[in-house]
Amino acid sequence: MAEDQQEAVRLRQEQDVFRHSHGWLEHGATTSGKATVSIGISGTGGGFEKFCKNETDISNASRAINATEAVNCAKAGVTYTEIIVANDGLAVVVNPKNSLTCIKMTELKAMWAPGTGTSGPGKATQWSDAIPGNTTGALKLYGAGSDSGTFDSFNTFVHGRSTTSRTDYQATENDNVTVKGVAAELGAIGYYGLSYAEENAKLNKALQIDNGKGCVAPKISTVQDGTYAMARPLYIYVKKAAVAKSPVIREFVKFYLDNADIIAADALFVPLTKVQVNTARGAVNAI
Amino acid sequence: MTVHMVSDPTTLASTVSGGRKSRDVIFLIGLWVAMLLCTATLLTLLVDTFVTGRSKLTWAFLSGHPDPFPEDAGIQSAILGSLWVVIPSGLGALFVAICTAIYLEEYTRTDSRIQKFINLNIQTLAGVPSVVFGILGLAFVARGPLSWGFTVGTAAMVLGMMILPVMIVAAREAIRAVPSSLREGSMALGATKWQTIRRQVVPAAVPGIATGSILGVSRALGESAPLIMLGALAYVTFNPSGFGDYYTVIPLMIFKYATEAQTEFQVSAAAAIIVLLVMMFALNFLAIVIRDRSRKAW
Amino acid sequence: MASTFTTEPTESGPLSPLVDLLPSGQKRRQQTYERIIRVVLTMVASVAVVITLGVVASLVQPTYQFFQEVPFGDFFGSTKWYPLFDPPGFGVWPLVVGTFMVMVIATLVAVPGGLATAFFLNQYASDRTRRYLKPILEILAGIPTVVFGFFAVTFVSPNVAQKIWPVGEVGFYNALSAGLVVGIMILPMMTTLAEDAMASIPRSLVEGAYALGATRREVCTTVIFQAALSGIIAGAVIAISRAIGETTIVLLASGSNAEFTFNPGQAMQTLASFIGFAGIGDQPTDSTGYRTIFAVGSLLFIVTFVLNMVSIRIVRKFREVYE
Repeated sequence: MAEDQQEAVRLRQEQDVFRHSHGWLEHGATTSGKATVSIGISGTGGGFEKFCKNETDISNASRAINATEAVNCAKAGVTYTEIIVANDGLAVVVNPKNSLTCIKMTELKAMWAPGTGTSGPGKATQWSDAIPGNTTGALKLYGAGSDSGTFDSFNTFVHGRSTTSRTDYQATENDNVTVKGVAAELGAIGYYGLSYAEENAKLNKALQIDNGKGCVAPKISTVQDGTYAMARPLYIYVKKAAVAKSPVIREFVKFYLDNADIIAADALFVPLTKVQVNTARGAVNAI
Repeated sequence: MTVHMVSDPTTLASTVSGGRKSRDVIFLIGLWVAMLLCTATLLTLLVDTFVTGRSKLTWAFLSGHPDPFPEDAGIQSAILGSLWVVIPSGLGALFVAICTAIYLEEYTRTDSRIQKFINLNIQTLAGVPSVVFGILGLAFVARGPLSWGFTVGTAAMVLGMMILPVMIVAAREAIRAVPSSLREGSMALGATKWQTIRRQVVPAAVPGIATGSILGVSRALGESAPLIMLGALAYVTFNPSGFGDYYTVIPLMIFKYATEAQTEFQVSAAAAIIVLLVMMFALNFLAIVIRDRSRKAW
Repeated sequence: MASTFTTEPTESGPLSPLVDLLPSGQKRRQQTYERIIRVVLTMVASVAVVITLGVVASLVQPTYQFFQEVPFGDFFGSTKWYPLFDPPGFGVWPLVVGTFMVMVIATLVAVPGGLATAFFLNQYASDRTRRYLKPILEILAGIPTVVFGFFAVTFVSPNVAQKIWPVGEVGFYNALSAGLVVGIMILPMMTTLAEDAMASIPRSLVEGAYALGATRREVCTTVIFQAALSGIIAGAVIAISRAIGETTIVLLASGSNAEFTFNPGQAMQTLASFIGFAGIGDQPTDSTGYRTIFAVGSLLFIVTFVLNMVSIRIVRKFREVYE
């Protein structure tokens, strides 16, 4: 590989988080002038697979690495550090013309539950099947594909298990598909990361979530203090061997943490709390 | 072909009864509708795209790199990526196509078993859906025995395989069109078979081969389905500098921008389409010029 | 065609008799050289065969493995397709129906449209009209599928599909706009193939019909259509095969929900667009989910291969009639 290839920081992450690392890149361009960065997009699961196969140096993820993936990495001799880089939440969105403003977790569950077992076509076909008395009509569902960390997060929140979901909906790795579908169809409902909701506020309406304690709107404060029911951290996994080989990567991560607020704001993510920043700094320095 | 009338159809047609005549008219209207369908669709497509994307056709767009913020989005890495992928694939396919065409036309008998066998393979390949070539690339080139990963080299190889049938057909027709008097004269003057082929037949067939290969390259330029499978990275903010580099190509950039939700990206997609169509149009125009320029009288 | 002079390939190649006048050393060198050239050319020519074998080989092993894990009964006996979920559903029929629906809509656009345009070019068009129409068809034929896909989503879906479909609602992602645009994409192909078939009819047949007092319409619908029928059918089969294999347009316009439905107003997934969809996302390489790509690929390959062979057969039969 050519000299500057060795400096290449290869990232792999999910669509949701993509904006995030790119903002990072933009701002970091001056410090890491020598590095060529290529970013690939895939579901979190696919990203971890590539990470553990040594095809990438950093993996962005919207969920923590799971047990199976950790085992695979260990088998391949890949050691890594996990760092929380931002806070995020999941937004549930509907068409702007839909009169609904708040939805209960139980209603979400009824909408997205598989008919029997933990996967398969769902039962609800009309809005009234999940929300009695609702007159919106036919239910059109949009969501994340099964390889996506967002999929895991959503299902964990709604069903309690990351892989339980109905299967007959518009699944996509590309949240733009959801944004467009929900914006176009009155009976549509979908979910994706909060940053997308902020960016597309004109096209989709984010609902407040009621987890038994009243309707909570998704905001920076409610995500940071956890009152918003579907808040989740965003991680990066940094390969220890890659850092050892190229100090550029450590600089990269450090640079990020020093400028966490600006970058998160730019990318429309919820920034880390001071406590989180310190923990992360500690983790980076320890590499 | 137009049929040249022995007798003017209108004189006989004037004796046609009213019922038949009205059916004639209806039929003609149907044909015009079909024709207008083609023309109208093409016009709508071109005009709609042009109008949507025109504002983005700036030097900044052509020289900038992709960006998640639409205002800054550019396609330089895609343009260069396309060139890096398409030119090698075209050259590689051209070489194989010329050799195959020479072999089939000069070294095998027509309707011999070997010729029929190779023909069958070429026809099968021509009918394979482009996405299946993506599968082939995934299994054998990106991973598997070659394991070149998702790089420029992989894309070039897969596209080369895809356009090979088209190139072979074009090369064969070009060689077939060379009159046998040329060959016979050459042999009569003492040249060997290969000398004849190399110095007489192939040079005479060059314009036809050039036209065919330009069209093949033009096709490779617009391909998207196989490269979707070969993980052309989402945002590649650098131009390739070797066959082992990650890459993206213009059709995939269009695909990416087309799926974006914000309308500003639709503008970028439309602008990228204009760039792609201009490139393809230029190539096709070149092919037509070569073809017309070299209509030699034998 | 190569002259009769050179159609006797022998081991040493037909060296000109004058070569016999060369000193024997040189002659031997020339013969060896020619032999080497021939071997090289043969090897390169076999690349096409190697690639075809490669396509088949790349599909066979993972498909075999797939069917070790997923019984035939599941694959062909169920209408529930969600292979990437946990637990997965492997019934392939939603994809087959989706492919069928897109194909039908495309055929309804391309075959009548292509035939009509071919009739027009063959019998009705003046030279001037032909000079405009042919380039238009060539340009249409050369437009990349991603451009058609973009057109389908941004223009056809909101302005055409949603307006003309009378029954029920047409969703944002729907099979109708995909089918219509795929039809436009294959129409030039259909036109060219039909027109070639029409052009090969002996003129005596056509002129005879006119001489007997037939109008242009009658000549078209009776003589030309029937005489060129096998060529037209072969052309239609090729165009249909192309429609079945189309990925990008369907991916962009028809969404990714593999529902078992015959309503074109709904989103559908086809065999080809599933492969593209699964290929974009990253399936772990050793999983059954990854192998579904190959299993579906095999099915797609077999269908298009059979159609291709059928059309070649028809063309061969057609060629015999007039020669």
